[in-house]
Amino acid sequence: MVEKLKVTPTEKEFRDVVGKPVVRVDAWDKVMGKAEYIDDCPIPGCWYGGTVRSDVPRGRIVGIRQDPSFDWSKVVFVTAKDLPGPNEVAMVRRDMPVLAEDIVNYVSEPIALVAAPTKALLKAALKAVKVEIEPLEPVLSIEEALEGKNVIWGNDNILAKFEVKRGDVDEAFKEADIIIEETYRTGHQEQLYLEPQGMVALPRDDGGVEVVGSLQCPYYIHGAMTHALNLPPDKVIIKQAVTGGGFGGKEDFPSLLAIHAAVLALKAKRPVKIIYDRAEDMVSTTKRHPSRIRHRTGVKKDGTIVAQDVDLVLDGGAYTTLSIVVLQRSLLHATGCYQIPNARIIARAVATNTPPNGAFRGFGAPQSIFAMERQMDKIARTLGLSPVEVRRKNLLKSGDAFPFGQRVEDDGARLVFERALAISEYERKRAEYSKDQGPKKRGIGVSLFLHGGGFTGAGEQKINGKIKLFVARESVELHVSNVEMGQGAATVLTQIAAQGLQIPFEKVKYCQPDTSKAPDSGPTVASRTTMIVGKIVLRGTEKLIMQLKEYVSRHFDVSLEDITYAKGTFFENGTPLADFFEIARRIEEEMGPLEVIGDYVHPPELNWDDEKCQGDAYQGYAWGANVLEVEVDTDTWEVRPLRDTVVVDVGTAINPLLALGQVEGGSLQGLGYGYLEVIEMEGGRYRNNRLANYAIPTSVDCPDFFVELMEIPCSRGAFGAKGLGEMPLSGGGPAVASAIEHATGLFPTRLPVTGEILTSLEQEGDERRS
Amino acid sequence: MKASFNINGKVHELEFAPHARLLDLLRDNGFTEVKCGCREGFCGACSVLLDGELVNSCMVYAASVGERKITTVKGIGSIHEPHPIQEAFVEAGAVQCGFCTPGMVLATYALLQRNPDPTDEEIKEALDGNFCRCTGYVKIIDAVKLAARKVKEND
Repeated sequence: MVEKLKVTPTEKEFRDVVGKPVVRVDAWDKVMGKAEYIDDCPIPGCWYGGTVRSDVPRGRIVGIRQDPSFDWSKVVFVTAKDLPGPNEVAMVRRDMPVLAEDIVNYVSEPIALVAAPTKALLKAALKAVKVEIEPLEPVLSIEEALEGKNVIWGNDNILAKFEVKRGDVDEAFKEADIIIEETYRTGHQEQLYLEPQGMVALPRDDGGVEVVGSLQCPYYIHGAMTHALNLPPDKVIIKQAVTGGGFGGKEDFPSLLAIHAAVLALKAKRPVKIIYDRAEDMVSTTKRHPSRIRHRTGVKKDGTIVAQDVDLVLDGGAYTTLSIVVLQRSLLHATGCYQIPNARIIARAVATNTPPNGAFRGFGAPQSIFAMERQMDKIARTLGLSPVEVRRKNLLKSGDAFPFGQRVEDDGARLVFERALAISEYERKRAEYSKDQGPKKRGIGVSLFLHGGGFTGAGEQKINGKIKLFVARESVELHVSNVEMGQGAATVLTQIAAQGLQIPFEKVKYCQPDTSKAPDSGPTVASRTTMIVGKIVLRGTEKLIMQLKEYVSRHFDVSLEDITYAKGTFFENGTPLADFFEIARRIEEEMGPLEVIGDYVHPPELNWDDEKCQGDAYQGYAWGANVLEVEVDTDTWEVRPLRDTVVVDVGTAINPLLALGQVEGGSLQGLGYGYLEVIEMEGGRYRNNRLANYAIPTSVDCPDFFVELMEIPCSRGAFGAKGLGEMPLSGGGPAVASAIEHATGLFPTRLPVTGEILTSLEQEGDERRS
Repeated sequence: MKASFNINGKVHELEFAPHARLLDLLRDNGFTEVKCGCREGFCGACSVLLDGELVNSCMVYAASVGERKITTVKGIGSIHEPHPIQEAFVEAGAVQCGFCTPGMVLATYALLQRNPDPTDEEIKEALDGNFCRCTGYVKIIDAVKLAARKVKEND
């Protein structure tokens, strides 16, 4: 006789959560002041760590002198000679040292480390170290790097080079009515997460080390730590603390910081915490790559593009960090949302003696898209057509191909573009603002952009992400290595798991990433968490339900085909048999802890050739259009964004409230990049090391936003979701430039479009003026 | 130095260095809900109320506080009895990374104390000293408006 099992009416409890504006799981802790960021965590016996840095952009270290009048027995001091393993930070390459040993390659490069029991003693110890450096001639710009007079990396200063070709560009240029050329430039941008970088390392009894900190990629750090510390994987544990923003800035840099803290902790035999203050953070951490992008476009008189040459150069800074992959993404987004029948794109990342540049939301795409969108405006201007007309003429449609061969699968570009023009009343305002008299002039500009979701090319196959679902008594724990850093991943992944398992949202517990518990589901980057990791989570939920179904089948002696599962309950031909947690409890009692691993499965229809840079570069493309209205005071050249209409296709908005938050926040960062956020370099040194001299948009700079989400589902993302996090940033820069052009008649070719740039454009005369 | 400080309605006897900033006094004594974002009076992450007035605690000497009442975000509501402003921030989706949130909530508190019915422009002006890098301020402004309605309903 079959024992009856509990059937609770969970149907009443379960509700669809995908597509709902569920309150984020971390909201209450944060709003009450209870969330503990790394510098808030009390750690008994913890010492403070600090860094001795290079003061020159390039030179040979002649000596590191410790002032003999300082009592060095009270602190721990580490140079390259004291490192327990290879002096390499393992990332895409291993060219960056943990501590400079012989040569320094950028201002602020770490040379030595100190840990002390108090902040005051740390300060005194850092002061008591003098590094003698014999200066060498530095390479400080893209041009100097390409010139190659001084070689600071490899044989030619080239960190990476890729090329994409389609059709016969030279032949096609002959068919063009006109060839339009321009060079575009973009500057550094600082992520400016509000919480500065911070990491605590705790030595373990087994000789290993645990690191807790503000970070995006636990397993990147894990890999870098095992390499640099010569430790087996099980002796290194990485845990994420509540993280106050990342935006890419906590993707690669924390690997270096974690090794620093760990080296000190292992030597001091006690926990060591390194928390950067804002100035140290700004001068030493990675920023967005500056770019120089040359476009040469052959067009017909009606605006149709027949051929395009792009020469794209990114300034990688002193070491590779992520420049290879940033460059790839830059290359693959270089022709934006347009159909280019003949294209030749050459992309290079060069080394300079400046702090290494790294990941920042957009990851190379914002630079490319700025240049391409400006080029579209330039084509319009040259041919006397409207920017809208030229874009319409060349938009990518479903079935068209990118220069690297991938087919476009939807008409997202056209749909977001037309919708943004309509709801912003673009045409009416364009005409109205054109009539503005007096020094204050309004302008309206449009940009169109896209973002490929997930890693480039074979990246997802290489990472081969895994997630773990662990069934506890009355809840299911979700273990992933993807972090919550403000973007909402903890909530969205919980929604996906709850929906997949058809159990109440409250019954799923997202667990803060910890490499001793969570499998490697990959880094929290590349707009991949919702789309790609979400899909892996879903696969895990299917596997778990199948396991439970098989148990039900055995227990009730019912064939698998007759069992259905809905809303937390198993049925036999419509009759309820047992509920989810009851079956799970049984399995646990009989067979031990119940957990399943969800696996990545690569969509078989997608193929990528890494050597040739050809094929299906991304699993899906999200599209966006940004119509920005600005007011420019032509006396002072002050720019004020008034209204920003943003329409984005996100595939499926798993949580519309959080999705809107991503679009609004990303768009404002893009506007900051467009006109406000200037980083000046002087002799390889950032002149901006404070919030007083690096302006980010505040509430008064914020335009009135009108954001609309469009949903064109992508089969490869969880519930149809596309990558969303990074995309909105790419729209801001070109929209600002385009709107300023409309207001002033000037044609900015570089970002950010500052008052100085506008003044010099005006002074140039300027034959470009319409 | 030693002095007594009235923090969130309780008097604490605390030691501090002569040049210690209020920010460090608070954080060193466990009031880590006060965040340090820049230490130069720009970002507002360290905002607290001094007798109801919004200040950057990194710009205030601890020794100068005297009898004034210090309020942190933990002083205006608790998880069992959240302040309507805190409820509004949660409901409106105004929280992302959360690092600016304690200061942002207090800036809202100070604003609504002196202006219970602010316009969008007044809200933007009032929050100008509190940086947020995540939200684009849209949901924060929504939260302030929602909070204003909630506070009025509670009165």
